[in-house]
Amino acid sequence: MAISKPLIDITNVTALAGEKEILHNVSLALDAGTCHVLMGPNGAGKSTLGHVIMADPEYTLSSGSIAFEGKDITDMPTYKRALAGIFLSFQAPVEVPGVPLYSFLRTICAARPELKMTARQFRKHVHELADELEMDEAYLTRDLGVGFSGGEKKKVEMLQLLLLQPKLAILDETDSGLDVDALSVVSKGIDAYRKSCDGTLLIITHNTRILERVSVDRVHVMVDGRLVDEGNASLISRIDAHGFEAYTQE
Amino acid sequence: MSEKRAKKRTEVADIDRSLYDFKKSEEGYERFDDGLSADIVREISAKKDEPPWMLDLRLHSLELYEQMKMPSNWGPSIAGLDMKNISTYVTSGSAQVDSWEEVPEDIKDTFERLGIPEAERESLAGVGAQYDSELVYHNMREEVAELGVVYSGIEEALHGPYAPLIKEHFMKLVPPTDHKFAALHGAVWSGGSFVYVPAGVDVPFPLQSYFRLNAAGAGQFEHTLIIVEPGANVHFIEGCSAPKYNVANLHAGCVELYVAKGARLRYSTIENWSKNMYNLNTKRARVEADGVIEWISGSFGSHVGYLYPSSLLMGERARCEFTGITFAGAGQNLDTGCKVHMAAPDTRASVSTKSISKSGGISTFRSSVVVTPKAENARTTVSCQSLMLDDESVSDTIPAMDVRNATAQIGHEATIGRISDDTIFYLMSRGIAEEEARAMVVNGFAEPISKELPLEYAVEMTNLIKLEMEGAIG
Repeated sequence: MAISKPLIDITNVTALAGEKEILHNVSLALDAGTCHVLMGPNGAGKSTLGHVIMADPEYTLSSGSIAFEGKDITDMPTYKRALAGIFLSFQAPVEVPGVPLYSFLRTICAARPELKMTARQFRKHVHELADELEMDEAYLTRDLGVGFSGGEKKKVEMLQLLLLQPKLAILDETDSGLDVDALSVVSKGIDAYRKSCDGTLLIITHNTRILERVSVDRVHVMVDGRLVDEGNASLISRIDAHGFEAYTQE
Repeated sequence: MSEKRAKKRTEVADIDRSLYDFKKSEEGYERFDDGLSADIVREISAKKDEPPWMLDLRLHSLELYEQMKMPSNWGPSIAGLDMKNISTYVTSGSAQVDSWEEVPEDIKDTFERLGIPEAERESLAGVGAQYDSELVYHNMREEVAELGVVYSGIEEALHGPYAPLIKEHFMKLVPPTDHKFAALHGAVWSGGSFVYVPAGVDVPFPLQSYFRLNAAGAGQFEHTLIIVEPGANVHFIEGCSAPKYNVANLHAGCVELYVAKGARLRYSTIENWSKNMYNLNTKRARVEADGVIEWISGSFGSHVGYLYPSSLLMGERARCEFTGITFAGAGQNLDTGCKVHMAAPDTRASVSTKSISKSGGISTFRSSVVVTPKAENARTTVSCQSLMLDDESVSDTIPAMDVRNATAQIGHEATIGRISDDTIFYLMSRGIAEEEARAMVVNGFAEPISKELPLEYAVEMTNLIKLEMEGAIG
């Protein structure tokens, strides 16, 4: 393959939450079409990295830069990053009373000219995706997130992933608390996403069961806000067996 | 329960109200002198060629008005309102007609911009349109008239076969003795609609009266009287707006609703007065056995508002359902709420309100529930949710309960919240700009109210919220 710029290039990023430094000089580059896993113990800063890529105003960068498709997006607001093709799924998706899921999906699609659909096409498409995720269509008329179980919220995140087909999908998964059904929803979503658009994935988790059905190109290990190791998919089973002790005992 | 938020990062800007904020010339209009006197009251009465009892009521009301003190220690200050600077009667001189073609161009244009003739064609059984002090248009569909329904200007009805009925009911629910602005209303009232729905008649489409106050420094004092006979059913919609001036305007209307046995009346209001308006309006419904009054109340405009629609549940199993929303933006202090008086066994009331405050706006929700000793097994629930959009805005809840029957069941809940940063970040992470994300959350918050409105009014409300939210981000 010809040498090309990575899809996203994170260079020497140091990020703070308030006064507290969470990420220290993190650099990570992901090539288009590849699948990455970011692992690490609880509180290592994995989710923070995902949120920093999405410009969560909770965090400020004290140094470093982020480029997406060769363009510096360090100062770009969240919604523009989303429109440029970055997607972040949430561990705890929010609830928005009074906004039905269906009309919310319509709104986020309408914001993207490349996803232009007639009302009829949209309806058909959304129902197909819901079917694919084995999602009860009754959810579509319910208010976004309101009264949804953890597994249902997860399905809604996957539905948006499949609908928006982002160039980069960052899936921020809880390390615990996902039941077997929710796990299968996520792997199904990942499968469908990769099949449909050959997107780039950054899966944040240390729950390796999610990864059983996913073909992973690269594994990155974060401890205490630093990237301390990387390797191929075999790293997953190693960590599965030995945990992160090797990294934390130093 | 007052709470002022301490932390918020949004900036606020003024609002584009161009949809409502357009002024028309008053050239050639008849305008009475500012202030209030027996001469002015006589002049208004004479203009209308009223029966003598009405002139007596006006003069008696004026006396009461002069004796009563301005309310103090009640909600927002109305010190900026000086009756000496208010003209109580302004008219274009245009006669009331039943065809838009005959309405003078300027006035017709006003109502067209507000979408009234279009709504009439599409979804209403009848329309009344008042411009300043007088109705300029009143019309009802033929097939509704054939059902025996009366929907006309109240002044013209005073000259017709329903005059005795009007005399029997006029300012009986809201007597001029009620409070100072009820007395003022009694003295100078002008315009408004009369609705009579015969027993058993179900009016298939809503009736709508729209009140537009164009004149600067003027007052609007329309009187709405609705009588719904046993088993009948009607939906009445009231809309109001005005362009903004630098001087105070006053609205002191009066709404009297009589809901007979087993009848049902839905009374919807979208109030969008300009932000120089003192809206001191009085609305009251009397409900007999098995009757239902439903209030849908949206308050968006006015500088200061006192608005507490009240329901007197006089018959067994009479019901009141109140659904309200108040949006207070910059320079607005809106004191809204409702009263329920439960005076018979098995009466029911359910009150659900939302209030939104932004850019330093103050929104206060007051509720008053009275359960008399006679009201065995009365049940009431009151729920009030407030949303504050920044740290400058204020939201209060003031519930009052006076329960004199041990079998009553009363529930009350109030919540005050703000939009969480997490929610906005989530919505933005899906490609929605911040301003739009906030509008989405606010519209969602208001959705339980807007879904009660006919579609075009729900759209209007959504647009109003959008307007209010525009420029909300620095």
